[in-house]
Amino acid sequence: MGKTIEDIDNIRKEKRKELDLRVNINSDSIEKHILVCQGTGCTSSKSPEILENFRRLIEEKNIENVRVIKTGCFGLCSKGPIVIIRPEDTFYSMVKPEDCEEIINTHILGGKIVERLLCKELNGAVVNRLDELPFYKKQMRIALKNCGVINPEDIDEYIAFDGFKALEKVITTMSQDEVIEEISKSGLRGRGGAGFPTGKKWSFVKAENSEQKYVICNADEGDPGAFMDRSILEGDPHSVIEAMAIAGYAIGASKGFIYVRAEYPIAVKRLQIAIEQEREYGLLGKNIFGTDFSFEVEIKLGAGAFVCGEETALIESIEGKRGQPRVKPPYPAKYGLWYKPTLINNVETYANITRIILNGADWYSSIGTETSKGTKVFALGGNVNNVGLVEVPMGTTLREIIYDIGGGIPNGREFKAAQTGGPSGGCIPKEHLDTKIDYESLAQIGSMMGSGGLIVMDDTKCMVNIAKFYLDFTVSESCGKCTPCRIGTKRMLEILERMCDGNGTEEDLYKLEKLAFNIKRSAICGLGQTAPNPVISTMKYFREEYRQHVTAYECKSMECKALAKIKIDEEKCRGCDICKKVCPVGAITGEPGKVHTIDQSKCIKCRSCMQKCPFKAIGC
Amino acid sequence: MEENTKNINCAEEKIKKEINEILEKYTQTKDNLITILNEVQVKYGYIPKVAQIEISNYLNIALAEIYGVITFYSRFTLVPKGKYNVSVCLGTACFVKGSREILERAKAKLGIEEGQTTQDGKFSLDTTRCVGACGLAPVFTINDEVYGKATVKKIDEVLDMYMAKE
Repeated sequence: MGKTIEDIDNIRKEKRKELDLRVNINSDSIEKHILVCQGTGCTSSKSPEILENFRRLIEEKNIENVRVIKTGCFGLCSKGPIVIIRPEDTFYSMVKPEDCEEIINTHILGGKIVERLLCKELNGAVVNRLDELPFYKKQMRIALKNCGVINPEDIDEYIAFDGFKALEKVITTMSQDEVIEEISKSGLRGRGGAGFPTGKKWSFVKAENSEQKYVICNADEGDPGAFMDRSILEGDPHSVIEAMAIAGYAIGASKGFIYVRAEYPIAVKRLQIAIEQEREYGLLGKNIFGTDFSFEVEIKLGAGAFVCGEETALIESIEGKRGQPRVKPPYPAKYGLWYKPTLINNVETYANITRIILNGADWYSSIGTETSKGTKVFALGGNVNNVGLVEVPMGTTLREIIYDIGGGIPNGREFKAAQTGGPSGGCIPKEHLDTKIDYESLAQIGSMMGSGGLIVMDDTKCMVNIAKFYLDFTVSESCGKCTPCRIGTKRMLEILERMCDGNGTEEDLYKLEKLAFNIKRSAICGLGQTAPNPVISTMKYFREEYRQHVTAYECKSMECKALAKIKIDEEKCRGCDICKKVCPVGAITGEPGKVHTIDQSKCIKCRSCMQKCPFKAIGC
Repeated sequence: MEENTKNINCAEEKIKKEINEILEKYTQTKDNLITILNEVQVKYGYIPKVAQIEISNYLNIALAEIYGVITFYSRFTLVPKGKYNVSVCLGTACFVKGSREILERAKAKLGIEEGQTTQDGKFSLDTTRCVGACGLAPVFTINDEVYGKATVKKIDEVLDMYMAKE
């Protein structure tokens, strides 16, 4: 038997009191909670073992009023595994399984902080608390609100933090049109990449007359380097399922599908647990909260195809076919899954819905820029100090994200470019670091929002090589349905390979550009139409680098090994012989005390000599 | 020779039986195809031909269409993977941190190209596009184990460890 509104309310009140210490640093609770991140990043570095160790120690030592909780991702993945002690909010980073005993003895029993496990800022300052870290200061968490706060495998904890309040409000007090109106007014736009207004999409599906409609959650996060959808599903799965039910109510659908990558086993497992718990509580199934509204959700696994992130390809894949996009229009709102009207939104889009319903459209639209409201989660990665998930209001600049939150570029290197939008996006150079990020501004400078991957590249990266990397990706992921994408991108890749191997010509530059614009115009789906973007944007901002590859046959960053030339500066060389000894292939010759030379035909560009030369005489 | 054929038939019969146990859990609708293939892939490390035939009969889908679906998705393979499947991440975050070199090293050390399995069936080598552990880039995985912050030295050590194993 399902739970009534009163039942859920009672759970909320009771549990909220119990969990006050999770969000209130001054809580007078006698309990302490040890939160251990169990997201994919931390799990890969032994956080399950840490969790087990804490549990075992607490049992062995018979400690009372201390609970060990598994949570989703805290965001600062490069400092993982992360352990947080509440209510005091002590933030321990890079914890090893063998550190658990010290944390229990010193912190929990002794009341003293284990200083050596605290996070250090770049200037060496030690930070005690999570909210004092520069990484978190400029962030604003809406979609990630519950991640790292609740145990994602316990529905009661989700209920404690306003879980299912939005669903209750929607199905007991609002009409379908009122829900859609609220979402439209909030200004929320699709977070999967294209940025289509969410409210408008909902109204299209609602307007269709059909007995059967479907709600789909697109969790096929294929963009390499983006992992926000995975973290939301791992850290707060109920918020996505609740939002799907709200969408189902608004458009008149009783069935939902979550299409999730099979490469995300933890996310899949948490979703399964969440669905089971909701069924048990009657929050999924027939007559939810005793009303006429019924809703069911099913998980469908992807099987490793980037193109399935495209909505019509995803629909084909759910139907059990090859994931090849359909020609649009008609859009899924009219003919979607099994040719029924279908609403399809991205995970992060859904994660915003319950907050909009509870806090109101006006609150949400007060955040962000003129055209893009709310926040966006970025997966910050690459050559940046703090790698992880960051959620910032729209309109934050790249400089703020990379330097203030990300802590700048490591190893004393310089910033060269930031890549947003994955294989569909572009590279943004230094001169645009102060652009306020939103859908329009990114498109204007030749990139796109995409799903929110943000890869920082330092000055050792070759932009031609990066363009080649992305093309290589699109070529292997092209579904083969349309010629421009299937053959065109392959030809582009061949040209880029020629350039990187030192066989490119100036004519290739022209050919590459022409092909790029033709594919953009003629491919049938979003993947093909945007595939040339990495080439177009790097050619726009780093044209000189392309020219060097085809005229001087030179690659300044030495990533293109065929083109790199390592030379010894005759004036600086003292003939110390060190380089000769470290060279693994015997390419360096010269008498001790005299200037040495490198035989270019033997050199494998390993840079060992460059690193070892005490006079900095070797360079390129 | 006769003995061999008999063994193969025996193995096929066994797979057939196991596949039918899997199939019973699903309704005979076409949309279950990918879910079933996922389960078979996980169980055997590839999709055996007898499995394809059984699925074809059960779901009433042409064998050619099933072949089309298997070859479309990178998770499905037609040849068995090695006992230890080494997979190097070539997602963007790993790429800019030098995962190419890790891959080259793995190739040299195992003596196989990506997509291949060693002759003794012990190792296979793959590339993947993002396992989502970008905070630990560059990353490689061996079966379900994720190895982060990889270096050429680290993959050497880890592979040595697996080579010493059974």
